[in-house]
Amino acid sequence: MERSDIESKMKELLVEELGLDEDKITMDATFEEDLEVDSLGVVELLMALEDNFGVQIPDEEAESLVTVGEAVDLVQKKINA
Amino acid sequence: MHQRRVVVTGLGTVTSLGNDVASFWTNITNGVSGVSTIESIDTSDIATKIGAEIKDFDIEAYMPRKDARRMDRSSQLFWVATQQALADAGLSYEEDDPRALRAGVLAGTGIGGVQTIEEEMATMFERGPRRMSPHGIAKIISNMAGGVASIDFHLYGPNSTTVTACAASANAVGDAAEVIRRGAADVMVAGGGEASITRFALGGFSQARAMSTNNDDPEGASRPFDADRDGFVMGEGAAVLILEDYDHAMGRGADVYGEVLGYGMSADGYHITLPRPGGAGAARAMEAALAHAEMAPEDLDYINAHGTSTPANDRTETAAIKLAFEEHAYKVPVSSTKSMTGHLLGAAGAIESVACLLAIKNGVLPPTINYTTPDPDCDLDYVPNETREVGIRTAMTNSFGFGGHNVSLIFGAL
Repeated sequence: MERSDIESKMKELLVEELGLDEDKITMDATFEEDLEVDSLGVVELLMALEDNFGVQIPDEEAESLVTVGEAVDLVQKKINA
Repeated sequence: MHQRRVVVTGLGTVTSLGNDVASFWTNITNGVSGVSTIESIDTSDIATKIGAEIKDFDIEAYMPRKDARRMDRSSQLFWVATQQALADAGLSYEEDDPRALRAGVLAGTGIGGVQTIEEEMATMFERGPRRMSPHGIAKIISNMAGGVASIDFHLYGPNSTTVTACAASANAVGDAAEVIRRGAADVMVAGGGEASITRFALGGFSQARAMSTNNDDPEGASRPFDADRDGFVMGEGAAVLILEDYDHAMGRGADVYGEVLGYGMSADGYHITLPRPGGAGAARAMEAALAHAEMAPEDLDYINAHGTSTPANDRTETAAIKLAFEEHAYKVPVSSTKSMTGHLLGAAGAIESVACLLAIKNGVLPPTINYTTPDPDCDLDYVPNETREVGIRTAMTNSFGFGGHNVSLIFGAL
């Protein structure tokens, strides 16, 4: 899967599954500050990523994610692993 | 000690009869039924296929989707009613406002987040616990309507929830008044929300044989006190009253709908769903409310009945009114607005409190619609079918819940 595909799918999930405002989602946007995603939202995101990309992401790895771009990196790494 | 008085300075409602107080009042004083064939869920295998659903309501008109997803529909409805009521009262609080520490919430709900319970149960059985929503528990728990209201509207005073089934929001209003009377708050958001038109709730009440199956005549199905009544009709909605310390309200020049004069409670101690035959339990709640208000029976001008349209409730409530009011029972007008709104379960007490306050303010009694055939067991003045223009100074609303909870509230003109 191309990185751009992962990026666009990530945006779609953040809008559809977490109800975020599409205009605010950039690769540099931080989950906690910019997008106001709380700990429950992080779990929702994990579930969405697992369902849609067929990857397994342990909580420890998810906790270290700060930006949307980092989440894309992690998914890309998992897909290619 | 100076006895604090409690007045009502704001109202908010979302019901099948409209998404604001003005449309609710216009419709119940024009005898309009909010009941129709249920469209939001599959009722093909449920005996009851009718309900008073809220139409044309989109929560995203009130808040971003991200915020709406934190809440069950029951809490969303309560939220919208709270927003309306605060605006109506001319009250708003910023996060750092010291007045916010003196403003609280008392919310009532019968079942809480039943729609979410259903969704999460389905997910658990079909896809396993690891696919359940992280928001599920927070959406389900019955106190969350009040919790979210305190967060979003900055209400940092006393915050609690009553869960006495169909008496829940009557208890919320009564308890909120007591919180103000004892000086623990100056303003209380009080009311309830219920959104139980789900397969789980409709199926369950249907199995309890509590609901009307008059599916061919939705608008005629809720017929309190009529001989042909065959059960209640489920409604959904929310209603919120802003209760305020009298001096606090006068100090800021607030408009007042009326005063909370009396709050009475009793327990039937008889059966989990049926009322005690003869109405002695319900009568004691009415008597307690009269005593609290320091009123004689003949001082009461109007009763908004629990009037569910079940055979047992309407017969028993009639008997209870006679026990509590003796000969005045035949003089005081009694109507059931559930004939139009359906039964809002835990939100019923609050919406009917709103009806009482608007009846006092406007000098108009909403009717009991669909009243065509008298029942010998129900022989009071039920304000049948036609709205009545008559100035009143006092009104009582009754609410009775599964478990035998009886609550009566009395409101008066200031």
